[in-house]
Amino acid sequence: MAQIEYAAPASIKEAVGLMANGGNSARVLAGGTDLLVQLRAGRLKPGLIVDVKSIDEMCSISVNKNDFRIGAAVCGAEVNEHKRLKKAWPGVCEALDLIGSTQIQGRATLGGNLCNASPAADSVPALIAASAVATIAGPNGRRKVPVEKISKGPGKTVLKKGEIVVYFTLPKPAPRSGDAYLRMIPRTEMDIAMVGAGVSLTVDKSGTCTAARVAIGAVAPIVLLVADGAKALIGTKIDDAALNALAAAASAACNPIDDMRGTIEYRTQVAGVLACRAALIAFERTRS
Amino acid sequence: MPTVSMTVNGAEVSVEVENRTLLVQLLREQLRLTGTHVGCDTSQCGACVVHMDGIPVKSCTILAVQAADADVLTIEGVADGDTLHPMQAAFRENHGLQCGFCTSGMVMAGLDIARRFPDVDDATVRRELSGNFCRCTGYHNIVKSIVAGAHAMNEAGG
Repeated sequence: MAQIEYAAPASIKEAVGLMANGGNSARVLAGGTDLLVQLRAGRLKPGLIVDVKSIDEMCSISVNKNDFRIGAAVCGAEVNEHKRLKKAWPGVCEALDLIGSTQIQGRATLGGNLCNASPAADSVPALIAASAVATIAGPNGRRKVPVEKISKGPGKTVLKKGEIVVYFTLPKPAPRSGDAYLRMIPRTEMDIAMVGAGVSLTVDKSGTCTAARVAIGAVAPIVLLVADGAKALIGTKIDDAALNALAAAASAACNPIDDMRGTIEYRTQVAGVLACRAALIAFERTRS
Repeated sequence: MPTVSMTVNGAEVSVEVENRTLLVQLLREQLRLTGTHVGCDTSQCGACVVHMDGIPVKSCTILAVQAADADVLTIEGVADGDTLHPMQAAFRENHGLQCGFCTSGMVMAGLDIARRFPDVDDATVRRELSGNFCRCTGYHNIVKSIVAGAHAMNEAGG
């Protein structure tokens, strides 16, 4: 069996250098909950594993004047223990709380969930709804990419050779904002989303929606930002007509697969239902 | 091959491993601590749960080299000699095991649940056990055991 090289660099610069020189078989190891399972199954044969858990910038959460910065190697449990993040972005936190179990949440990271590029990744619709932006470091410096632009399809990302997602930036929510994430799975625990829906919205003092973002997962090769879904909500008081239009927009955006978890028809219908339920929870949260 | 050093059940160990070696393989195959089980290959079942620096982890999803310098606790380190830990005693008293395959992972998960929720109730245990499968489906008594074990630990002052 081929030997695997392992490195645990302490800086981004070193990690980028290792990834750039490591060729196509170099892989970033963050929480390992996808990588090591794929390695064991023989689906992945990395020549080099770059463990990023020793890089401070990737493993910390900071609160700035206008935004939150979450390191890409921060695990879900740490985000859920962060009181200010939980208050600001409860939908992002509940998405992370749905991934795996306690033991998985103590390892699995935001960066890993995004870069594994599964269309069913639970944190991704919530991050997209929250307008999260990824900061990527590479051999030619840093660039910022909105989360919805990272995945190109199952297992594929826009990351170039040597590039690593370093952290995510989430804005501080405007007054009277709320977000929510819901997912549908065939059983109650430890399964992969059949549909996921993340919604964030802001209302004015009269309760009229002034801004919204809707993202749905597991219903297309990538997680989708549904612009028509947001349009259906903006300018309304999230009444039945708005919710019906949101459901129609979410279902219309779907291009799902048929598999053991759900048929195309079922996923398409459930995407509309979940988007509406998430919108109602987000709306409720604008009042708190 | 790299040499990895760590503390396992209070003892310093130093083992030569391959980079691809998983923590569970080091524990079972090299240290012969076979109380930690492997029940699946997808990181779902929880039979391999150990504590690493006090945090419950699935040892099938961690490279041995990632556990360098860590403090690892396995099921073998839980009892005090021949005296069962209150959590282990609770499993015995409440018939919390049938075939026993999932039990070490259940006890390790139970210890962490008791640490975080000293006054735990059934619903919390059921939610917290989502990463531990009992293929005998003996969950009812496992939940009872963990609640009883946590309360016994609480009364004994942790």
